[in-house]
Amino acid sequence: MTEKIKDIFIKISDVIIENKKYLTKLDSAIGDGDHGINMSRGFKKVKEKLSSNNYENNSDLVKTVAMTLISTIGGAAGPLYGTAFLNVSKVIPDSDFDIDSAIEIGESAVNGIQKRGKAEQGEKTMLDAIMPSVESLRESKEKGLELKDALEECKKTAEEGMNATMPMQATKGRASYLGERSKGHQDPGATSSYLIIKTVVDEIN
Amino acid sequence: MVSILIVSHSKKIADGTKELAEQMKQKDVEIRAVGGTAEGEIGTDPDAINAALEEINKEDGVIILADLGSAVMSVNMVMDWLDEDVRKRVVLADAPIVEGAVFAAVESGLGNSISDILSSIESLDIIKKN
Repeated sequence: MTEKIKDIFIKISDVIIENKKYLTKLDSAIGDGDHGINMSRGFKKVKEKLSSNNYENNSDLVKTVAMTLISTIGGAAGPLYGTAFLNVSKVIPDSDFDIDSAIEIGESAVNGIQKRGKAEQGEKTMLDAIMPSVESLRESKEKGLELKDALEECKKTAEEGMNATMPMQATKGRASYLGERSKGHQDPGATSSYLIIKTVVDEIN
Repeated sequence: MVSILIVSHSKKIADGTKELAEQMKQKDVEIRAVGGTAEGEIGTDPDAINAALEEINKEDGVIILADLGSAVMSVNMVMDWLDEDVRKRVVLADAPIVEGAVFAAVESGLGNSISDILSSIESLDIIKKN
């Protein structure tokens, strides 16, 4: 199981590194233009660390991911994703996980991001991709969906959430300085969050 | 003496602000500046903030001046890592970085407490130009 989680994070790293230019382009439109550079620097280091070390359990592995991102990203994404993964490291099970653990992981990530960024849904941030996707997991559980289908639904909702940031006016972060002019651009943070969620789902399913 | 920690996205801003504040301080006020990423680019380095804070966190505490988003976020995160009793005497000021650092250096040099310094530098008067 720990090998599987390691593979997932290495895949996430590859996806973020591949999307460096895309994320930077999105951030240049409404922010300081460093999201892609910062994220790919952080995940390059994550890949390096995970590839050269073995971990006894998932918690240690995810904690390493969190601390590496905090130390190397250099922008707001460092404390945000770092605290999210630090929270995830406290709840991730070592056994095969079910929908309940998926919900717990999602909720702990949201709590971590909100603790640092103090944002709500609808403020044109990474939470606009993550919060609806966690909500969709809760709904899928109520509907009695299989984990595989619930995860597909979660990915779809994250993508819709990311797309929904396009018309929003930013009220948090550097983009909020632009006021009305932040409308009409997809949020780079919501985009990196979607890419992470998509990769996790595709790797598990 | 209350110590002062200056955190900026830019090393030049952090160092320049420290330089400015040091012109005014009495000699035993400790001031540290942390700016930029570990690679010397624009950004913040939580590990460097943590290390600087550890160095200057003495019994009278530390006032932190920070500039934007991730600097503030990184400072908050590092403060959460502190032990409860240490955490009590570390404050992130709601003050502009340059004016805040200069006034804090002066007031700390006069032997004022954290709360006295905060009430001066968190006042709107500090940014009035007209």
